[in-house]
Amino acid sequence: MSKRARALFLGLFSPMILCLVAGGAIAEEATWNSLNMPEGVTEVSQAAYDIHMIMIWICTVIGVAVFGFMFYVMFAHRKSKGVTPANFHENLTVEILWTIVPALILIVMAVPATTALLKVYDTENPDIDIKVTGYQWKWQYEYIGEGVKFMSELRTPQDEIYGRAPKGEHYLREVTEPLVIPTNKKVRFLITGNDVIHSWWVPDFAVKRDAIPGLFTAAWAKTDQAGIYVGECTELCGKGHAFMPIVVEVKEEAEYDQWLAAKKEEAVIYQSTIGKEWTDAELMAKGESVYAISCAGCHQAKGEGIPGVFPGLVDSSIVTGPVEDHIGILINGVAGSAMQSFADQLSEVDIAAVIHYKRNSWGNEMGDTVQPIDILNYKQTQ
Amino acid sequence: MSTEGSYYVPEQSKLPLAAALGMGVMAFGAGSWVIEGGTSTVFLIGAVIMAMVMYKWWSIVIEENTQGIVSDQLKHSYVLGMYWFIFSELMFFVCFFGSLFYVRVLVGPWIGGEAAIGLFDDTATDAAIANATHLWNGYDATWPPLVTPDQAVNGDVAKFIGPQESMSFPGWSQILGWLPLWNTIVLISSSGTVHIAHHALKEGNRKKFNRWLGFTVLLGIIFLFLQAEEYIHAYQELGLTLESGIYGTTFFLLTGFHGAHVTLGTIMLLIAFLRGLKGHFNEADHFGFEAAAWYWHFVDVIWIGLFIIVYVLG
Amino acid sequence: MAHGPSESFFSRWLFSTNHKDIGTLYLWFSFAMFLLGGAFAMVIRAELFQPGMQLIEPEFFNQMTTMHGLVMVFGAIMPAFVGLANWMIPMMIGAPDMALPRMNNLSFWILPFAFAILVATLFMEGGGPNFGWTFYAPLSTTYAPDTVNYFIFGVHIMGASSIMGSINIIATVINMRAPGMTYMKMPLFVWTWVITAFLLVAVMPVLAGAVTMMLMDINFGTSFFDAAGGGDPVLFQHVFWFFGHPEVYIIILPAFGVVSQIIPTFSRKPLFGYSSMVYATASIAFLSFIVWAHHMFTVGMPIAGELYFMYATMLIAVPTGVKVFNWVTTMYKGALTFETPMLFSIAFVILFTFGGFTGMMLSIAAADTQYHDTYFVVAHFHYVMVAGAVFSGTAAVYYWLPKWCGRMYDETMGKVQFWIAFIAFNITFMPQHFLGLAGMPRRYADYGLQFADWNMVSSVGAFMYGGAQLLFLFNVIRTIGWGKPIDDPKVWEGAEGLEWTLPTPAPFHTFSTPPVLK
Ligand code: HEA
Ligand code: HEA
Ligand code: HEC
Ligand code: CUA
Ligand SMILES: [Cu+2]
Repeated sequence: MSKRARALFLGLFSPMILCLVAGGAIAEEATWNSLNMPEGVTEVSQAAYDIHMIMIWICTVIGVAVFGFMFYVMFAHRKSKGVTPANFHENLTVEILWTIVPALILIVMAVPATTALLKVYDTENPDIDIKVTGYQWKWQYEYIGEGVKFMSELRTPQDEIYGRAPKGEHYLREVTEPLVIPTNKKVRFLITGNDVIHSWWVPDFAVKRDAIPGLFTAAWAKTDQAGIYVGECTELCGKGHAFMPIVVEVKEEAEYDQWLAAKKEEAVIYQSTIGKEWTDAELMAKGESVYAISCAGCHQAKGEGIPGVFPGLVDSSIVTGPVEDHIGILINGVAGSAMQSFADQLSEVDIAAVIHYKRNSWGNEMGDTVQPIDILNYKQTQ
Repeated sequence: MSTEGSYYVPEQSKLPLAAALGMGVMAFGAGSWVIEGGTSTVFLIGAVIMAMVMYKWWSIVIEENTQGIVSDQLKHSYVLGMYWFIFSELMFFVCFFGSLFYVRVLVGPWIGGEAAIGLFDDTATDAAIANATHLWNGYDATWPPLVTPDQAVNGDVAKFIGPQESMSFPGWSQILGWLPLWNTIVLISSSGTVHIAHHALKEGNRKKFNRWLGFTVLLGIIFLFLQAEEYIHAYQELGLTLESGIYGTTFFLLTGFHGAHVTLGTIMLLIAFLRGLKGHFNEADHFGFEAAAWYWHFVDVIWIGLFIIVYVLG
Repeated sequence: MAHGPSESFFSRWLFSTNHKDIGTLYLWFSFAMFLLGGAFAMVIRAELFQPGMQLIEPEFFNQMTTMHGLVMVFGAIMPAFVGLANWMIPMMIGAPDMALPRMNNLSFWILPFAFAILVATLFMEGGGPNFGWTFYAPLSTTYAPDTVNYFIFGVHIMGASSIMGSINIIATVINMRAPGMTYMKMPLFVWTWVITAFLLVAVMPVLAGAVTMMLMDINFGTSFFDAAGGGDPVLFQHVFWFFGHPEVYIIILPAFGVVSQIIPTFSRKPLFGYSSMVYATASIAFLSFIVWAHHMFTVGMPIAGELYFMYATMLIAVPTGVKVFNWVTTMYKGALTFETPMLFSIAFVILFTFGGFTGMMLSIAAADTQYHDTYFVVAHFHYVMVAGAVFSGTAAVYYWLPKWCGRMYDETMGKVQFWIAFIAFNITFMPQHFLGLAGMPRRYADYGLQFADWNMVSSVGAFMYGGAQLLFLFNVIRTIGWGKPIDDPKVWEGAEGLEWTLPTPAPFHTFSTPPVLK
């Protein structure tokens, strides 16, 4: 090696060595479990973990054999040792052997792989049915037959994401309202999407099913371990893909029943506020928070929009036009665009508040008031 | 492999670069054309470049051939090129036939809450039942779908409104008024006529060749005319449009791409016809015509597939 | 008949009908695209260096991921192997040139236009494609920026280029072999390329069909991918992967071919199991058509479909295993030396096999529920594509460059590059397995704190790996301009085959009259 090459070599290698050492240190600190697939808390996740481990071991054994032989060859049959090359290039026996043996190994693998898959697909006869709908970029959960339905959105503030505030412990793993399910009940998730394809993944349940607009996919979970489980959206769904986590809270059955009852009551109380006359201040406050959660993702914090992608809402002809049209666009969305219908996502109060807020912020001064009852009326005339 | 003499490697040529430029401009132009408010200018410029290049390119190839520098081996390269080009075209149609199969045999029943071809059992899956109860309540999966899932749920305000009538076999009583049948007859006979022309050429009967080839071109044009007629009928009387859900979608895309290929094939045959009139081609050497004829047979085969799958079993 | 290269620089490179010059154009183009795609990867890795959004917006991040995938697959790897095919196939089978030289130049020149269009979208209103290299509908249709139309037509002409290029290769191999060069005497690189070309002609039209359907859905109101009209977004995935899975073998088969040339040379021993290699390649190609939905294990297919695609996918281990075993046995009892091409080839065998193992794990549908769309998949495919295709491409350049330009590359620098690349590659992508298993989804612009450590390691590795590529570029340029001249036709002691009987550097025209093989 020339001197220069050596210097180059060292210069480039030292950071690598450092990196390896650092990597080693991290690995040391991390437990084996944090490197591997979680075993999870359901029968299905256990099955997935088991077959995963079987595969790892089979591959390791084959790998050790193949690479071991290869290293032996590289060591023993090098020209520098003065060997003369052999000249054979065929041997039917070994060729047949190394076709058949892997095939047999495959059959061995296929058996547990099949039983594990049967478990994944065992979605019949659930105790509870939950409809999960993916929206750009949040989840909606509906307890079928219970009249309970809510949205679940990322709660991490933009400031933490953009490094203007220190990141909290649960950075990107916290939502406005988690999905709640009971222990020891077979819960079936019926998963669909509202706009683009999302995918609902909770690693500890080994549930990952694509949320396809217009079609359902089904998955299930049953666990005896109460706790909080975090998951993610795993299908690219636009710019908020990384920002629509899933949090599932598994409660003991009794607690779950209480929670459900409270939820139902909430829905009843809510009905009574629709008819009430809201003040400007109340609407503005409510509207601001709704806007920040539901709209700012696209139309940006101050309604400035992103040119060419999301229209700005300052001076928009809709926002400064007749209230009717404005309500209409929120209720119906704009077909064929990212502007979805919010009729199912937001309550009448929320819609009224956010419209009111937009019409009276960022230099828009319409001065009119929009009440929840207007929204209800609009919906009914449709 | 016949290797008499050396293989002809052409001189440098400006044409490939010009063709690539034409294609690039066309692609860019098409992109800006379909965007709302776009115009076709750039696309057309590209198309003109492309047309000029193609004219020039083929003129050169023909000239090379008449000069006799084209060895049998090179001719065989052209033959192979044409075979594999047709194969790629076939795969393009496979893509659309496959899509039709998928939406028709699988997706329809899933949305409608029935069991899609149950390989092991014939009960509908959970997901399919949920589709029918929670998303597309009231949709009845039949083919051809005159009612779209959207329409089943949203009634008249649906985005996709199905057609009033389909293009399928109308029953024996009306068979004579069934346009696709006539189209089939036209196209199959054109395959026959081109075959006769081919034989005539091989026998060295140029008159006969010209006549039958001209006849084939005419049949091609009649086919296109009838197809245009059918489209007008579909749009104006049946309400069958590109927007009428998956039926219109698959119907127009399959027949439309086929029609586009017929157009191309007709042009190819027309050029061969004109060349024939000029006295090109001889008994042994008529690849330009042969390629067009193969292509024509290929288009014909696709039509038979279409006729059976889209119309008869439609 | 054209004689020497044209005097003028422009006419030589723009109007060429010479397979070697066109091959050179392909190779340089692909290298430029590799640097571009690599630069996009650097942006991705820089943003992922830490949790939080630091450098770019999520919207742009998605564009980077998409463009990185597209540019690497279609702009870097595929043209690189077409370039090698152009250079080597005529020389290997004793042909004067490609079968259709003018079309050959057209195939090449479409590419710069296609990629110019694609890259230009990054600067347009709405931005470049942001829906992943797999562009699933409806994110790529209803919800896509207007620029998607440029993307669609760009893919169309790029596909036309691939189809023409492949037809050319098929015609060359079928029609232009020297007398006596029977099929079962063709070098394995030629074999893998015909089969690849066949795959390309078969699936590129399907890709064209997929983008055409998108075009119709976006602009003409059809409902291929809209359940409201009776279509299905999943249809897109079936069509795409019917193309996409064969595509990944399109990427790897020529790489297999390259390695099958290099390993015997430096083992000084003929390739073990030549005919089983040919059959294995053909089986892989066949199987590649019937396994596509293993990319869709989470879309909720009926279980029968899921089981079928799982079993079919697992089968690919058999022919691929045959190849791996043949390579290893070729080395067995040889007289090995470890020049740079050999080092890259050996690393190829090891790392590709490793990536194949993770592929086998992915094929187990129940476990794929956990792996799918996580960094585990990202790690898998970079093992097979970077340590597979890119390593073998690098090996090929080191192996044939002396033949091409009659100058020897700097062996030390080559080895240094190899070791940096090898180590940095593993630092970059090994941790991604852990990230994936721990739950980090792919195409994420930002991630939770639990993934911070390994992401940082991976990013550092990626920068180093990028550095190795610059060294490669430098070494190649240095060789062409200032390398030590050589004139031994064989270049390598153990090299066998027609191409090594030609003078070094390879003359502008070769085999004007075909050589005769015994
Ligand atoms: C060069 C490209 C290449 C190659 C060669 C492969 C090879 C394989 N791939 Fe990979 N794959 C990709 C590129 C490639 N892949 C890409 C790009 C994606 C992601 C696309 C995207 O979503 O963006 C992907 C994704 C992907 C998935 C989907 C994952 C998911 O999204 O959830 C799956 C699932 O089955 C899979 C499987 C396989 C298998 C079984 C092989 C097999 O061919 C491997 C066979 C090899 C071996 C097994 C090793 C050698 C064999 C032996 C030593 C014999 C003995 C071994 C045994 C008996 C186990 N791949
Ligand atoms: C053959 C194809 C190929 C190749 C060679 C590569 C090469 C690399 N890829 Fe690749 N990658 C894909 C194909 C490929 N990739 C595909 C198909 C996807 C999926 C896309 C999708 O999800 O849609 C993907 C996705 C992907 C991701 C996941 C992104 C995400 O999910 O959001 C990441 C992240 O780390 C990544 C990293 C890298 C790196 C670091 C390299 C490195 O090997 C690159 C090294 C090369 C260079 C660095 C260039 C040389 C140097 C310079 C240009 C100078 C500048 C250098 C410095 C500043 C150091 N790639
Ligand atoms: C996923 C992205 C997204 C979200 C979230 C979103 N919008 Fe929109 N919005 C759009 C797009 C895209 C358009 C443009 C639609 C078109 O005309 O094509 C739009 C248009 C509008 C318009 C019409 C503007 C004009 O001048 O044409 C209004 C008003 C509006 N949105 C209000 C809202 C409100 C209020 C919310 C929150 C409750 C919201 N949007 C949430 C994407 C979004
Ligand atoms: Cu929702 Cu990704
Ligand atoms: Cu695949």
